[in-house]
Amino acid sequence: MAKVLMKGNEAVGAAAIKAGCRYFFGYPITPQNEVPEYMSKELPKVGGVFLQAESEVAAINMVYGAAGAGARVMTSSSSPGISLKQEGISYIAGAELPCVIVNMMRGGPGLGSIQAAQADYFQATRGGGNGDYRHIVYAPASIQETVDIMMEAFDIADIYRIPVMILGDGMIGQMMEAVEFKEYVPRELPEKDWATSGTKEMKSPRVVNSLYLEPELLQEHNVNLEKKHKIIEEKEVRYEATGIEDAEVVCVAYGTTARVAKNAIDDLAKEGIKVGLIRPITLWPFPHEAFDKINPQAKGLLTIEMSMGQMIDDVKIASNGRWPVAFEGKTGGLVPSSVDVVNAVKKMIGGAK
Amino acid sequence: MIEKVIVAGFGGQGVMALGKLLAYGGMLDDRQVSWLPSYGPEMRGGTANCDVIVSDTLIGSPVLTDDATAVIVMNLPSMDKFESHLAPNGKLIINKSLIEKKATRDDIEAYYIDANEIAMEIGNAKAANMVMLGAFLELTKIVKPESIIKAFTKVFGEDKAKFIPLNELALQRGAEAVKEQMAVS
Repeated sequence: MAKVLMKGNEAVGAAAIKAGCRYFFGYPITPQNEVPEYMSKELPKVGGVFLQAESEVAAINMVYGAAGAGARVMTSSSSPGISLKQEGISYIAGAELPCVIVNMMRGGPGLGSIQAAQADYFQATRGGGNGDYRHIVYAPASIQETVDIMMEAFDIADIYRIPVMILGDGMIGQMMEAVEFKEYVPRELPEKDWATSGTKEMKSPRVVNSLYLEPELLQEHNVNLEKKHKIIEEKEVRYEATGIEDAEVVCVAYGTTARVAKNAIDDLAKEGIKVGLIRPITLWPFPHEAFDKINPQAKGLLTIEMSMGQMIDDVKIASNGRWPVAFEGKTGGLVPSSVDVVNAVKKMIGGAK
Repeated sequence: MIEKVIVAGFGGQGVMALGKLLAYGGMLDDRQVSWLPSYGPEMRGGTANCDVIVSDTLIGSPVLTDDATAVIVMNLPSMDKFESHLAPNGKLIINKSLIEKKATRDDIEAYYIDANEIAMEIGNAKAANMVMLGAFLELTKIVKPESIIKAFTKVFGEDKAKFIPLNELALQRGAEAVKEQMAVS
């Protein structure tokens, strides 16, 4: 198919529909409004349902209901809206239902700003809801990657019966890039033999629930969830790593900041300074294995984020004391420049002027 | 080849559309492109600007800070704000119809285009953005004017095809206007 120029938010909607998503429940918030706008226009054309809920809380519970009935369903929002959805996400994870949640992050805390930020890393990877739950988090760095991941996300959610979050930011949502939609080829998916889609009075009714009043049963449920999480950690890690085996410094950045890091790395290469990049594509599961390939003599790791430093905790865990870990970032809606990154790298290798 | 362009003006001058046409045209010429709008609570009558990158190689950050190779300004507040975003030797293309001021930096190339007058001469004041785009394309050759025209209906829809002749003319007139200044400088 030919390339088209598309906004990230619209591309999210187009990819979801191509991947068979037929239900969207949401509530407006900048900078992701083009997602519901696109869905409201396009879903009815394919026999789907777009519904603007009365609140984010209602929207995520509609997702819970539709997912429980076996539908391919998604919601999207931005930071403060995603905060409101956390209770529902915990319930969906607890009930082991598949769904896709898009977060085009903006500045926080609270209402914050409407400009791009990456300050929801903790919330996305640790969970803002209660209990021992996890959900997969993808952090695409281009519109093409957003589309490709979006088209796989529903299958991944179905396979593991787990919520999948696409963690973008206002910039990924608002920018336009060339994008090519590949044909959606579904994976072999397990039958939804748990879905509450009606028994036709032939079988005992199915129940979707996250309530286990017997402590032993709830523990068993958690042990089973943990087993599933371990499988995901083994099988679903994704990352891009370039030039890390002989690097003096390795940058670690995801999404928009990874693009800034690439510019800085090119500029530093012109000065003869070798800098590698680890770009986590899955934030959970975090790509710990990538760090084992880093030059043991590297002078340090530089985490770059549009926050005060959140992923840096995972980078320190992955580094496990092998390298010093430094931070460079801006927040509140500001984006670090490649010059900021170049200077931070030079400071680490002792060449700052 | 790479052009990193900031297009700025007030809402309604077609700065976002200019940027989209440039990005779409660049894509049709098989280059890498990005288009990043400024967005905020300020809308009607406020300032609008977008960053466009057209490149032969993969584009890193889509954000332009002080590294723009060209800045197209449609009104005075935009010039005051974005002249400083140009890299040395960058091109500042100024809508002379609305900006009386001269460029303040001497390490850049400045071009002055009577965009609104030219647009009115050819019959539609709204084509001022296309006059400016024509000048930019003539200076940089980063995208073929034919590709901009091909992108026209992709960006604005098939029902706007009737405006193509006017817009083609606007691109040409912009190119001619800047050629005169290239000859002088």
